[in-house]
Amino acid sequence: MSDATARKGRKAPRTPLPHRPPRERACDFGEVALGFDLQMALAEAKRCLQCKRPSCVPGCPVGIDIPGFIKAVEEKRFGDAVRILKDRNNLPGICGRVCPQETQCEQACVVGKRSEPVAIGALERFVADWERANVQFRLQREPDPSAPKVAVIGSGPGGLTAAADLARYGYRVTVFESLHAPGGVLRYGIPEFRLPRDILDREVEYVKNLGVEIETDVLVGKTVTLPELMQEEGFEAVFIATGAGLPWFLHIPGENLAGVYSANEFLTRVNLMRAHRFPEYRTPIRVGKQTVVIGGGNTAMDAARSALRLGSDVTIIYRRTRAELPARAEEVENALEEGVKLEELVIPLEMLGDGQGHVRAIRCQRSRLGEPDASGRRRPVPIEGSEFEIEADTVIIAVSASPNPLLVKTEPRLQTREDGRLVVNPETGETTMQGVFAGGDIANDAGTVIAAMGDAKRAAKAIREYLERRGPDKTGSARIGPCAER
Amino acid sequence: MAPGITRFEVEAPRIARRARPGQFAIVRVDEEGERVPLTIAERHPARGTIAIVFQAVGYSTRQMAGMQIGDSLADVLGPLGRPTEIKRYGRVVCVAGGLGIAFMYPEIVGFAEAGNEIIAILGARSEELLFYLDEIRALSAESHVCTDDGSAGRHGLVTDVLRELLEKSEHYDYCIATGPLPMMKATVALTKQWNLPTLVSLDPIMVDGTGMCGACRVTVGGEVKFACVDGPDFDGHLVDFDELAKRKRAFAAEEDRCRLQEAADKLEAERTAGGAEA
Repeated sequence: MSDATARKGRKAPRTPLPHRPPRERACDFGEVALGFDLQMALAEAKRCLQCKRPSCVPGCPVGIDIPGFIKAVEEKRFGDAVRILKDRNNLPGICGRVCPQETQCEQACVVGKRSEPVAIGALERFVADWERANVQFRLQREPDPSAPKVAVIGSGPGGLTAAADLARYGYRVTVFESLHAPGGVLRYGIPEFRLPRDILDREVEYVKNLGVEIETDVLVGKTVTLPELMQEEGFEAVFIATGAGLPWFLHIPGENLAGVYSANEFLTRVNLMRAHRFPEYRTPIRVGKQTVVIGGGNTAMDAARSALRLGSDVTIIYRRTRAELPARAEEVENALEEGVKLEELVIPLEMLGDGQGHVRAIRCQRSRLGEPDASGRRRPVPIEGSEFEIEADTVIIAVSASPNPLLVKTEPRLQTREDGRLVVNPETGETTMQGVFAGGDIANDAGTVIAAMGDAKRAAKAIREYLERRGPDKTGSARIGPCAER
Repeated sequence: MAPGITRFEVEAPRIARRARPGQFAIVRVDEEGERVPLTIAERHPARGTIAIVFQAVGYSTRQMAGMQIGDSLADVLGPLGRPTEIKRYGRVVCVAGGLGIAFMYPEIVGFAEAGNEIIAILGARSEELLFYLDEIRALSAESHVCTDDGSAGRHGLVTDVLRELLEKSEHYDYCIATGPLPMMKATVALTKQWNLPTLVSLDPIMVDGTGMCGACRVTVGGEVKFACVDGPDFDGHLVDFDELAKRKRAFAAEEDRCRLQEAADKLEAERTAGGAEA
């Protein structure tokens, strides 16, 4: 390639990620964003400046060698690109789809200072999809039967990442999942039009092929306790990644009417239980003619777009304005394109019933934006005398979620903060209980898949250091050295 | 066990070891199945098994009733919920109706072991629908049986028996009521008059059973509780039974649709079988 064409490639505008047309995609659960084809990927890879001291890499919570994998794409060395990605990220097909790159690696991209940043996320997805089409997984290794055992609680993004890293370090890893299928929020929370199930299944399969065992239907704290795992079942260290699974309600009158769901319930029925395919799948879901979703985060967008696909008219009500929505801009745009309506500056006051115990409408109040609050966002101020009703025969509450206290409550040695999250050393993820580490939403409130994965990587490293420090004398098992990757 | 009522002994060593009276399990029959919450009626840690008892009332339970010994369930998760707080109260009256007997049996075992005197009142639509009768009688100081049709014991409702006992100014220290919602509601209305503390076990709609979805929310003493993690036992005098009854009917139309689908499948199967014969 001549320097001239290379320069031309670098000055080209960002390659847009193709999407299925809104009207078509709003009728099914198929994936909305289509990936780059080969030409698009090559064109986009050329835009990377290959910075000597890249600013994108520190922007990535798991520290992927971003210029490295993009260079490999540009030179069509796709196998190398896969290896570079997987060196830091065990779940590239997932991250390439659900990571908020615009606030992380892409925000830091130098190209973005003059023009639009390199589409790092779309390239990551391209490489993961290339691997899926071209590479078959093999069981990479059976763990050494004398290696120390590590338990991972929760099989969401944090749990899977820690498990994969720990298995690569040579430990015997068992992941305990309370639901009947692995994936945590990737399975029950994120809809398949954003993250197709075969992508998730494949990345879980990859983690299993590293030698990780996944036990479903085990609720640690109930089925087996933490001390039982550590003392009787011989796990020498534990990583807790149980997420933020406890849904918040608004505590307003009428919230227990039938037809009012938490976003967790609504999404779990569809995503985990496949209720949109009722009665083939036996779990029912009821969606009326007019669904109102309360909230403005990614979960609210996911719930709204799912309800739309189940045939309802959908309105999101939010107490601030579109500019303050915590959801990713791309997801808001996708939702609005598909026909979801957004009512800004609305505060719900009460759910009204139809006399038979089913919701009929929401009594609301208008708000205006006041002074910034602790989060820096302008506070919604109710406007007196502005009350009105919005018709709704389905209501989905998607305001927030906090850590599920179930496991933590069973173990007094685990200290928690006021918000229910575990007290951890931010560098290592160590909790207040010896040998127990934690990461993701149970320990931090970042609330993204990739932040949980970053925590998990740090904790996996800290667990290795802990086990090496502890040495063989405690257990009689062999000391594990810094095991070679691959 | 009884017409329409089935007992499964399920291999689940971890659950068998940890389950306590009052707790439940969630089972799934197959990959398309719902998550069905069912009381753990017995536990046999030595054998590594638990027993669940269910009535074939919905699609999934009918499907389960058709399974053979040796078949496997896709999933069994448990033990879920908080164990019943078992103390020595003194004289404990245990009122169970229908499938509520399956829940009551382990409670009676637990309360009897703790040194309570058990007065059991067991009711069902008819004689053949009563079960665990001998086991419960063996643990009770007194037992009363009643049926809706008079085919066994007294002709009448469990609340009729309870009212009579209370009116005879028998003294009780504690009451446990398990069974259909109207029965628990009527029992609680009665025990309220006598200021008799009453424990009920609720079975609202659930999905995950681990506190994640909130489908099972119930109002207890003006507060919203999740039955799966805060219950399923609650102070009966504080439960809003009317709200719970309405919430339990949220998917009635879908249940009907399942029933219609089953009927259609059966007809289709008969038609095909008939065709093959001809």
